[in-house]
Amino acid sequence: MLQVKNLHASINDKEILKGINLDIKAGEVHAIMGPNGSGKSTLSAVIAGKEEYEVTEGLVILNNEDLADFAPEERAHKGVFLSFQYPVEIPGVTVTNFIKTAINETRKAKGLEDLPAKDMLKLIREKADLLEIDRKFLSRSLNEGFSGGEKKRNEIFQMAMLEPKLAILDETDSGLDIDALKVVANGVNKLKNKDNAVLVITHYQRLLDYIVPDFVHVLHNGKIVKSGGKELALELEKKGYDWLK
Amino acid sequence: MNKFTEDDLKKELETKEYEYGFYTDIEADKFPVGLNEDVVIAISKKKNEPEWMTKWRLEAFKVWKEMKEPEWANVRYKKPKFQDISFYSAPIQKKTLDSLDEVDPELLKTFEKLGISIDEQKRLSNVAVDIVIDSVSVATTFKKTLNERGIIFMPISEAIQEHPELVKKYLGTIVPTTDNFYAALNSAVFSDGSFCYIPKGVTCPMELSTYFRINEGGTGQFERTLVIADQGSFVSYLEGCTAPARDENQLHAAVVELIALDDAEIKYSTVQNWYPGDKEGKGGVYNFVTKRGLCEKNAKISWTQVETGSAVTWKYPSCILKGDNSVGEFYSIAVTNNYQQADTGTKMIHLGNNTKSTIISKGISAGKSQNSYRGLVQISPRSKNARNFSQCDSLLMGDQCGAHTFPYIECKNKTAQIEHEATTSKIGEDQLFYCNQRGINTEKAIALIVNGFSKEVLNKLPMEFAVEAQKLLEISLEGSVG
Repeated sequence: MLQVKNLHASINDKEILKGINLDIKAGEVHAIMGPNGSGKSTLSAVIAGKEEYEVTEGLVILNNEDLADFAPEERAHKGVFLSFQYPVEIPGVTVTNFIKTAINETRKAKGLEDLPAKDMLKLIREKADLLEIDRKFLSRSLNEGFSGGEKKRNEIFQMAMLEPKLAILDETDSGLDIDALKVVANGVNKLKNKDNAVLVITHYQRLLDYIVPDFVHVLHNGKIVKSGGKELALELEKKGYDWLK
Repeated sequence: MNKFTEDDLKKELETKEYEYGFYTDIEADKFPVGLNEDVVIAISKKKNEPEWMTKWRLEAFKVWKEMKEPEWANVRYKKPKFQDISFYSAPIQKKTLDSLDEVDPELLKTFEKLGISIDEQKRLSNVAVDIVIDSVSVATTFKKTLNERGIIFMPISEAIQEHPELVKKYLGTIVPTTDNFYAALNSAVFSDGSFCYIPKGVTCPMELSTYFRINEGGTGQFERTLVIADQGSFVSYLEGCTAPARDENQLHAAVVELIALDDAEIKYSTVQNWYPGDKEGKGGVYNFVTKRGLCEKNAKISWTQVETGSAVTWKYPSCILKGDNSVGEFYSIAVTNNYQQADTGTKMIHLGNNTKSTIISKGISAGKSQNSYRGLVQISPRSKNARNFSQCDSLLMGDQCGAHTFPYIECKNKTAQIEHEATTSKIGEDQLFYCNQRGINTEKAIALIVNGFSKEVLNKLPMEFAVEAQKLLEISLEGSVG
């Protein structure tokens, strides 16, 4: 599904990613772990197409298509979803209105009509129930005054609505207490199937207790320095990152 | 409603330029340029006005000659040369019209282009329309339906003939001829506008609407609107404005007076979309307007405005809260793009006891534009327990525009409660990227963010106008973030 080949990327002429390789197949969950400043968030932003980053070398390929020439919204239309570490506030735009716009814009890109209001409502209710989201929550302004848990739950709600092929969860566990973490992880697990893939980016191992990865990669200084199975995460938890440097 | 918006939007987005910039070739009866006493008298004669009206105009003209054009507003422009403007222009009509069938087909085409249907459709949507092109009112719909309830809705020139007692009693009582430079000028040369009277206890069954359009080149438009809501009545009034795209600046100096007697309520909404000038700031309408309302006991006046057009705007719809327990509201969205300048806000004058006012102002600046909010909250010594809440939010796009806030508070009674909140924010790269990542392109994302920012005000508009206003916001800001 996703192949990252020898990816180099920099911001303001400073190289952050120094040759990343990844191969993620449909149905798989990959985790990327690493210390602060290792390039984890940069990797997710570059895959999503954030323009501040310059790809100097290498490729990002989604379903056999090179993403280089596509704008962020086009990548989203192709099935890339990024759950943000710090979701932004958009005052006056409700959770419902936002997701409605996102869905209809995605449909438009595929040459489809807008989803009829009735079906939209049904879909929203269904996904909200799946993630145990209170209906009242849906009419609040996007991320405005949301607690850390609410923000992350809203990200996963959007993921549920958009049904992406590749979901990147960037530090989804940061700012969550254990109960909120369980709800969010539970949501992700419910959405996971054999046709999509999940890339979990995290600093700590605890999220991986709930979203169990098939592969774990350790990112250090812009490079993947070690890959392994889920047991690698536990090892990191015990030993820290220093032994890999 | 949503479906309608989306579909229409798609269409609208294809036409990016100012879409009302057409000019209709209608034969016009136009005065030579210049202004003097004879011109004032000629206008009055043209309108068949009674002597008191002619006198009133001349009085105003005398005052105006002594006045100087104000310079305190935060706008820069080349002052109009009053001797180069034609002060009267009217589409030529053969005779007084009995029905719309007799209207010049070119005119009807103009209405179509403007998106004003003066037929069945409008009946269904329950809006009675008065259309003012250049200097005169050319069509007023639904007179009959309104007449049955005793509601008078007609061009002010007709009202002067048919209801002189009402006009005489109220004209110039809220905005005196001496009020300011442009109000004095308007009083001297206004040629038409709308007049509306709602009798005691009557709730107007439909939205009343006036559509203003400047068509001829080299003319000024000076319309006069007078709305009187008698005791316990209610009316919702809408006003829309467009003009052709011209290289020269056109002057629009209107006066609007509202009178809400005891227990009456007037809701006055404006969607102002005068030609804003081109991308280099050439041309566009100077919009110098005085709007003011008076509230008697328990009365309420609510101004809602969406301002997207004009090269220079100078406008402060205000409320004089004279009666006890009266309420004044001002909800405004002002958008400036390219080289537009707007200095707009309100005055809330609290005279009665327990009077309440609310000000919600949303300024959106893009391009190289300057957008100022200027507002006065004044509590008189005799006004007990007055309350005001003001909120002024500014949204900036890009790094070459300006947002300014000039709030004035004069409180002379200790029992008053006044709150003022202000915020300034910028549409951030992070917000745009977030939307992009969800499949929403930048143009749509800006529209979404701006609509969210303006929501509190958009919600105050009558439904049909809200849709139009929303579209207008998006079109006005196209290409403003690159």
